[in-house]
Amino acid sequence: MSSKTNGRPKSFQQMILDLQQFWAEWGCAILQPYDVEMGAGTFHPATTLRALGPKTWNAAYVQPSRRPTDSRYGENPNRTQYYYQFQVILKPGPEDCQQLYLESLRMMGIDIENHDIRFVEDDWESPTLGASGLGWEVWCDGMEISQFTYFQQVGGIECEVGSVEITYGLERVAMNVQDVNNFFLLDWNGAEGSRKLTYKDISFQGEKEFSAYNFLHADRSILLQHFVDAEKECGKLLKLNLALPAYDQCIKASHLFNLLDARGVISVMERASYIGRVRSLAKGCCEAWLQCENTRK
Amino acid sequence: MSEFLIEIFSEEIPARMQVQAAEDLKKIVSDELQGRTLTFTSINTYVTPRRLMLLVEGLIESTVATTEERRGPKVGAPENALQGFLKSAGIKLEECIQREGYYYAHIEKKAQETRAVLPEIVKTFFSKMSWQKSMFWALKNGEKSQAWVRPVRSVLTLFNGKEVSFELPTLGITTGNKTYGHRFLAPQAIEVSSFADYQTKLEISFVVLDHQDRQTRIREGLESLARKEGLTLQFDEGLLKEVAGLVEYPVPLLGKIDADFMSLPGPVLSTSMRVHQKYFTLRDKKGNFAPFFGVVANIQASDGNAKMIAGYERVLRARLSDAAFFYKQDIEIPLEELSQKLHSIVFHAKLGSLGQKVERLWTLVNFQNMGQDGKRAATLAKADLHTSMVGEFPELQGVMGEIYALAQGENPQVAAAIREHYQPQGPNDDCPSAPLSVALALADKIDTLVGFFGIGEEPTGSKDPFALRRAALGIIRLIRENNFQDFSLESLCHEASEAYKTQNISFKNEFEITSVLDFINDRLKVALRGDGIRHDCVTAVIEGSKSTPYHYMPWAIAMRAKALQEFLETLDGQALLAAFRRAHGILKEEQKKDGIFYSGGRVARNQLVEGQELNLFDNIEKIISGRDALLKSHQYEELMSQLATLRPVVDAFFDLKVNHEDASIRAHRLELLGKLAAQTALIADFSHIEG
Repeated sequence: MSSKTNGRPKSFQQMILDLQQFWAEWGCAILQPYDVEMGAGTFHPATTLRALGPKTWNAAYVQPSRRPTDSRYGENPNRTQYYYQFQVILKPGPEDCQQLYLESLRMMGIDIENHDIRFVEDDWESPTLGASGLGWEVWCDGMEISQFTYFQQVGGIECEVGSVEITYGLERVAMNVQDVNNFFLLDWNGAEGSRKLTYKDISFQGEKEFSAYNFLHADRSILLQHFVDAEKECGKLLKLNLALPAYDQCIKASHLFNLLDARGVISVMERASYIGRVRSLAKGCCEAWLQCENTRK
Repeated sequence: MSEFLIEIFSEEIPARMQVQAAEDLKKIVSDELQGRTLTFTSINTYVTPRRLMLLVEGLIESTVATTEERRGPKVGAPENALQGFLKSAGIKLEECIQREGYYYAHIEKKAQETRAVLPEIVKTFFSKMSWQKSMFWALKNGEKSQAWVRPVRSVLTLFNGKEVSFELPTLGITTGNKTYGHRFLAPQAIEVSSFADYQTKLEISFVVLDHQDRQTRIREGLESLARKEGLTLQFDEGLLKEVAGLVEYPVPLLGKIDADFMSLPGPVLSTSMRVHQKYFTLRDKKGNFAPFFGVVANIQASDGNAKMIAGYERVLRARLSDAAFFYKQDIEIPLEELSQKLHSIVFHAKLGSLGQKVERLWTLVNFQNMGQDGKRAATLAKADLHTSMVGEFPELQGVMGEIYALAQGENPQVAAAIREHYQPQGPNDDCPSAPLSVALALADKIDTLVGFFGIGEEPTGSKDPFALRRAALGIIRLIRENNFQDFSLESLCHEASEAYKTQNISFKNEFEITSVLDFINDRLKVALRGDGIRHDCVTAVIEGSKSTPYHYMPWAIAMRAKALQEFLETLDGQALLAAFRRAHGILKEEQKKDGIFYSGGRVARNQLVEGQELNLFDNIEKIISGRDALLKSHQYEELMSQLATLRPVVDAFFDLKVNHEDASIRAHRLELLGKLAAQTALIADFSHIEG
């Protein structure tokens, strides 16, 4: 497939459609974004929970990701507090997974023989999820466009099956494909005239308003209370062995922690303790989920 | 000549681990070969991001047959001991030989063809090799792999031109004679028949096998590109090595930095480029930062690399735009205001906040008479830890503090002290000399050492998570290189400990300041050994200075140790050592017998009778009269020379019988020797001198 349609580079949405097509054809289930705010696609239960246990599992989905500390009021060319990740989980990871990934880049419109694509060491770790893996950041002409990780551990539990997680930073890939220097200049839908939409049309207002919310107006005491509530609810649900609803509360707690962090409420000393609290929720959820899996067997 | 090749072809090995891995491969395989009597003429290894390669040349074709005689248990030993022995030797009882009451086994190892032994050696390498960090992945059969740095995808083993094919089940691989070229430029499989063939084929498949070779190509390539622009490359060896570990086919390129960003401070530009992007910096003819960067691609693009360069420039623009955002944000907040926020950053859970550390620094610079500037520098020293820029680039701590302080109109000495108080960071780092910087650097390091020792976090073995050894070496350099002749660490450490006490930060009960001071003296031994000063001389000086004011004066100790070593190489020095040893030998024995310490204090001139006694007494007294002044002014060699002149007097004294029948004469003579020993002890404890 050519990187250009009608002589123009692929639109943002076309890249997503092509990527979904690619992984669907390979055999992945195409899922939809999870409907709870999260900092990264890894938090989606389709990755965190399904990476555990012995069952084969291949899935791909877009996940909008929120990073309150990356708020820049829409003034930074490639840092925003809300952006899109494309997440692939392959369990077990196939032998040719690197090659598959490179083919998927080609499918998105990157001419891989004419760009400098590099696998640079990155020992990925999510302290809040108690998850870790080894792999790389993938660079395209010096820009990190993806993370490629061999999962080793999730929720503090060693993975039974060697799985591979691929996370694409969609905007960054698109910048390269469309040859623009700013997220906001990205062509979103490939249309012309009054129907033409750019990334700015979709996101700019949100960046401005959410930056103000994240940095200035989010009510600290409400956030703190929400955190405590989510933690409590999670604990209660875990006692009832309701792993999935409990895990929703864990994701919420994690996002609330990120908001508190952006508001500068959390001192360095407290930081570690908050992370530890979320991690223990995640651990509980993973254990509960595995237990259900094993009884279903 | 015979050849044995191994190539482990894997997914990308982290750059920082490659060189060590090549060394480990060489070591393990060469040990395994030698352990099997397989001799060879040479062994070499090569490493790229995707392959770890070994070449053994002149390897013999078969192992040597050996017979080993092994002694077993005594004849008549318990049955299980005998059975154990037979089992381990792999023989039957009737094959054993009995000699001198013992069983002996003759174990014969037949000669084996080398080719047959090689699989075992390769397997041993895979099980013995350990990586800093390793992982598992899924094999084709769904099983977990063995631990390795990254997934291994193919293994080539070749002996004398023919493949040695065998299974490596823990990697799901059958070895063979194939490898692959560059990931993008020549991904197809390559069959290999010899090392020369391997080299040639890789070369045309866009793989530069040798790490050093890649480094040279990168350096020369970048230098030549720089020259064309009238610029010079800012050489960075660490970065060069790293980059050479990120590419198989280095293509050096030059990109431009947007003029908008050239107003950012140089360290911000270079750190952002080096740390995040692995770009090299360039200088113009005047030595200024040039608006260009050097980068190394792993591919030659068909468009003359234009798109790639545009990509590199785009990323840098985004990076620098973030840096500019931080800079703009940071510079508007006075450092003093940030300093007040340091109370919310933990220094260590048991040692309070950074804000508290700053308050202790006030005390310690004040103690060194640094006045108002001292207090100001201490106040601002850690403030940049609260800036966004240092949050992003921790290695810019201090550097940003100085930049922001200057921009905010602080006194330049104060600003410099903010940066320099972290120095020296290591043996190759600059050591500050400006008085304010030195005082603040000493204060910071002493505070850290006393604090961590106070809570029992001293380094153990190879573990030194708080870099206390480096702090101690820093203190030593600050004092020695600034010629602080009379600087004693004792009072400053005491002050530091008091400062913690004032803040109600409690130390463990058994803590004593001497533990910190002795730790610094231990580091001093290491530092001086690096200067070529004998360990025993340093120990002798340190031990000898106990209970004198010089014991914790690093400058004086270092100077004395050096002087002592030089002196011991002279005839005078040998004379002094001999005299000491003789006196010391007698004293040691007699003191033990008597249970009395002959300090030299209990003998008066009028108690002495013999000429030799009087002569020794007078000569010692003469030295004592000038002694303190000499020590105080560090005229150490002079004091040693004076003591050395006592040799004939001491020899004459020994003509007398020290162990006289008359108890009182004996006591006086021993006291006299004690007096002599006490004088030499002021220089050094000679009992530590070796040889």
